[in-house]
Amino acid sequence: MSSYEIFVIVFIMALVMVLGGSVIGLLLSPKSKNNQKGEQYESGIPTRGTSWMQFKVGYYLIAILFLMFDVEAVLLFPWAVIMKGMGVEGLYAVSFFLVVLILGLAYAWRKGALEWK
Amino acid sequence: MSLELIDGINKIHEFLTSNIEAAWVVSLIEYVLVGLGFLTLYALIALFLIIFERKICAYFQCRLGPNRVGPWGIFQVFADMVKILIKEIIPLKHNDKLLFYAAPFIVIMGSLLTFGGLQFAEGVHGVDFNVGVFYLLAVSSISIIGVMLAGWSSNNKYSLIGAMRSGAQVISFELSACLSMMAIVILGGSMNLSDLMAAQEDVWFIFQSPFTVVALVIYLIAAHAETNRGPFDLPEAESELTAGYHVEYSGITFGFFYVGEYCNLFINAAIGTLVFLGGWQAFHLPFAGCEGFNAVMDAIPSYVWMFGKTLLLIFLSLWVRWTFPRLRIDQLLRLEWKIMLPFSLANILLMAIWVALVK
Repeated sequence: MSSYEIFVIVFIMALVMVLGGSVIGLLLSPKSKNNQKGEQYESGIPTRGTSWMQFKVGYYLIAILFLMFDVEAVLLFPWAVIMKGMGVEGLYAVSFFLVVLILGLAYAWRKGALEWK
Repeated sequence: MSLELIDGINKIHEFLTSNIEAAWVVSLIEYVLVGLGFLTLYALIALFLIIFERKICAYFQCRLGPNRVGPWGIFQVFADMVKILIKEIIPLKHNDKLLFYAAPFIVIMGSLLTFGGLQFAEGVHGVDFNVGVFYLLAVSSISIIGVMLAGWSSNNKYSLIGAMRSGAQVISFELSACLSMMAIVILGGSMNLSDLMAAQEDVWFIFQSPFTVVALVIYLIAAHAETNRGPFDLPEAESELTAGYHVEYSGITFGFFYVGEYCNLFINAAIGTLVFLGGWQAFHLPFAGCEGFNAVMDAIPSYVWMFGKTLLLIFLSLWVRWTFPRLRIDQLLRLEWKIMLPFSLANILLMAIWVALVK
């Protein structure tokens, strides 16, 4: 069996598992109607309003920083593979890259992007 | 076991090709068999880990844990499985139906795709290709999309807060996990899991350099945080958010999240084992005169090594989970961005220097 087909198989199997489980659950489970049952749970008190409103995502700076470092990781992985063969030259090449990156982290740190507000 | 398994697969293949003319039918049957095998292994591991965790956490708290159904309560988990199937799936009034029911599928798909990239014993693996480690890192973070969808589509304040926390936490700790594995890629010189296994035949990576130990510690903390457990269980902090992102899920739809969580626990431990602790390789002493010891170690089958080491890491994870109190979200993000990220960057640089100068 060539190897890449496993992804299609696994994808279909995830579908089978979720659909099969849901169908069995729907067939076996009891059903009852109640006016309050479908309301969103708020620790027992009546639900107030919707949750689909504007809210402050305190983590958005973290998400932007993550993007920067994740792209950096993608760029570093090919270097990591051939580092052994390159020896000291590979070290020189990547140290510039890493220094720029660490400067970026230091800048974000200094500007307070890593603080919780 | 692995060789017998390969023999068995070959026998099935010969049996099918000798009896069925059309090649595509043979392929189809084999795909179905492989898929069912994966699904069974996945479900069995989840069931085993559920009872394992319940027993272990009971002993940590000086309780007995489940002990009524079967010997030592080991059939409790099957009773639970039946029970979760016959629980009502409560239809919600004001939620986004499509996203709400797609979320468990994405969580399960993410962890099954990662599961397909693992190696379980010598020669027993779904796929073996040149970007193995990178693939594992990439697909293991698909699940977070499902978690975010679940939190948003439930239209519930608790699940929204839980999903946002979960997103921040998982993407943050993803970086450290990624960078600690990069240290191993530098040392091993390949991203292919089979090459990494071959490089660990004599000495596991953990014993090859002092910086792999640092990488392992960073990886274990990051992987533990990525599973949303233990001191890092802010996304489902039950005392503040009741259950976090899956508060509105009931019956089997909740069960999918539960199974996904336990399988992610196994997957993270298995990746740690494969990359740092030698995977299915036996423990060898690389000195002269140790041939007898090495032969004894080789006599233990490779799947015992793999699952033994994985269970050890899982036990470590459970130990941490049931020992430490929960962190606050700002402490958690400080731990990642101000402590672990600088440490992992420095570790990569030091590992590169080690490889360039020492090796």
